Amino acid sequence: MTLTEPAPAEPVPLVAGKSGAGLAIATSGLAMRFRSGQLAVDHIDLAVPHGSVYGFLGPNGSGKTTTIRMLLGLVHPTAGTFRVLGTDARDGLDSVLPRVGALVEGPAFYPFLSGRQNLARCDAADPTADLSTARSRIDHALDQVGLLAAADKRYRAYSLGMKQRLGIAAGLLRPRDLMILDEPTNGLDPQGTREIRSLVKQIASDGTTVFISSHLLAEVEQICSHVGVMSTGKLVFQGPLAELRSRGEPRILVRSMDAAGAAEVLGKLELADVTVTDGQVSAALGEHAPETINAELVHAGVPVAGLETVRPSLEDLFVELTGEGFDVNG
Amino acid sequence: MSTANATGVTASSPRRQAAPVRHWLRLFRSELRNVFLRPRNLAMLAVLAGAPVFLGVVLWVNTPAPGSGGDGAGVFIGQIADNGVFLSLFAIYVLLTVLLPLAVSVVSGDSVAGEAGLGTLRTLLTVPAGRTRLLVTKYAMIVVFCFTATLLVAGLGLMMGAIFFPVGPVTLLSGNTVSLAAGLGRLALIVCYVAVALSALGAIGLALSTFTQHAIAVMAAILVLVIVSGILDAVSQVAVIHPYLPSHYWFSFDALLRMPIDWSQVLHGLASFAAYIVIFGAVAWTRMRRANISC
Repeated sequence: MTLTEPAPAEPVPLVAGKSGAGLAIATSGLAMRFRSGQLAVDHIDLAVPHGSVYGFLGPNGSGKTTTIRMLLGLVHPTAGTFRVLGTDARDGLDSVLPRVGALVEGPAFYPFLSGRQNLARCDAADPTADLSTARSRIDHALDQVGLLAAADKRYRAYSLGMKQRLGIAAGLLRPRDLMILDEPTNGLDPQGTREIRSLVKQIASDGTTVFISSHLLAEVEQICSHVGVMSTGKLVFQGPLAELRSRGEPRILVRSMDAAGAAEVLGKLELADVTVTDGQVSAALGEHAPETINAELVHAGVPVAGLETVRPSLEDLFVELTGEGFDVNG
Repeated sequence: MSTANATGVTASSPRRQAAPVRHWLRLFRSELRNVFLRPRNLAMLAVLAGAPVFLGVVLWVNTPAPGSGGDGAGVFIGQIADNGVFLSLFAIYVLLTVLLPLAVSVVSGDSVAGEAGLGTLRTLLTVPAGRTRLLVTKYAMIVVFCFTATLLVAGLGLMMGAIFFPVGPVTLLSGNTVSLAAGLGRLALIVCYVAVALSALGAIGLALSTFTQHAIAVMAAILVLVIVSGILDAVSQVAVIHPYLPSHYWFSFDALLRMPIDWSQVLHGLASFAAYIVIFGAVAWTRMRRANISC
């Protein structure tokens, strides 16, 4: 603990122009240094708006789960402060956690109990649960994740997808203002992933803020309104999904039998980063209009088989932000 | 859901203040169910229950001569032929050497470390069960288990004694004879004394259990502790540390079988157990409050 810089005495303003009050999750310089000295989470400032579906992205080992463990009070940050649903963590999270449903690092239940018994155990641990409605709430949660038919099967006999869904059901035992789901699609087949996605959509449509982590952008990009991207402990991007999309430089793509000729024309027009790959030329579009480029190509007698402007996919942007998996760029 | 949400949370707030005890009892019941219905623990209790039955049959087939025996457990052996109540005492004495501490080490070692190993500790703490609240529940469960296990051994010992041997007024170790009812009252006191002794061991197990996610490591550590404590207690050269050994007063319950009862011995024992419970309870609490749950 003494290895890290001391937590700021005064809470730093959390996001430009906003106090933490308007946010479901707000962190300020949140950091976690492991005893080994490794800085697992490097002073991040998360700002998760109320009612958003926030995709918390990053490769495995980038600090997502450690961040989530801190947000839920399982591990103590070595620096920084945070608020969950407006409650300062330094005042204790137990008062606010009943409003938060959580699935941390995969579902964890008792293998010798059935799904229903496991949920009853979770509900029994809740010091503020409504005792009179326990039975119906448990059944409702099982129903929401489609496990009612398998409710009395032992957890041990559940498939991975069923286990993940039971984990989410534990979060649905009572109405929540915030759901924190850590890799809920991890290890699932495409079918299972779709199920989880539609479940998350359904939860979010009721107004619950959803904070969902994943190492696969493709799995969450359809449901997220906001994203935060982690890379080696740092938050390298945060904002609405559309903002991430617009970050990508548009490029022009020309398909032609005379690729060399096309490249020459693009070069003359002073387009940057002209690259030729068999029968296809691409360049950064910059301020140019595609129509003018087309006209110039035709004017120069280059046969144009196809022309389009493309933006890099989110996947490309994601990889750009987080680096190639195996450090291919050296 | 969000509208139900806000109202649901605020509506339950006033009731929450009124019913923390009911909520805790619900968690406690859930904890007891988890421990007492778990197949592994049931098997362990069955072994504990089987031991007095086995001893009863063996001693019935090969009944020791009245007055035979010697030190330790032998004190009771010579009396069994005359009075079946002593089979119960004999069973407690024999099982207190290894089997009862073993059972306590399994349950207390599993209490926190087992949950950590399964990952259910993070599930419970994010509910949120509350760290201190969960620890108190765990220890309460351990105490209930200690009483149950001791009562099981004593009860089956008594039942087997009644089946195989005559039962009547009890001749105490000091030579006086008291009525059967008074004798059974003393047996009940002994059950409580032994259960408290085991609860002290359970507190050590609980404390160790908060430091690891490997329940088996705690069980092994507790067993080593029991054995080493027993060995040191038998070495007169280290007599100066004897009163501080965790198992030193375990067998002092024979003081309850004298007339008058040697209360100083009993109270020394209880003070020793209380000290262990307070010290290791504090260790467990300090650790539990601060620990990073990263499994």
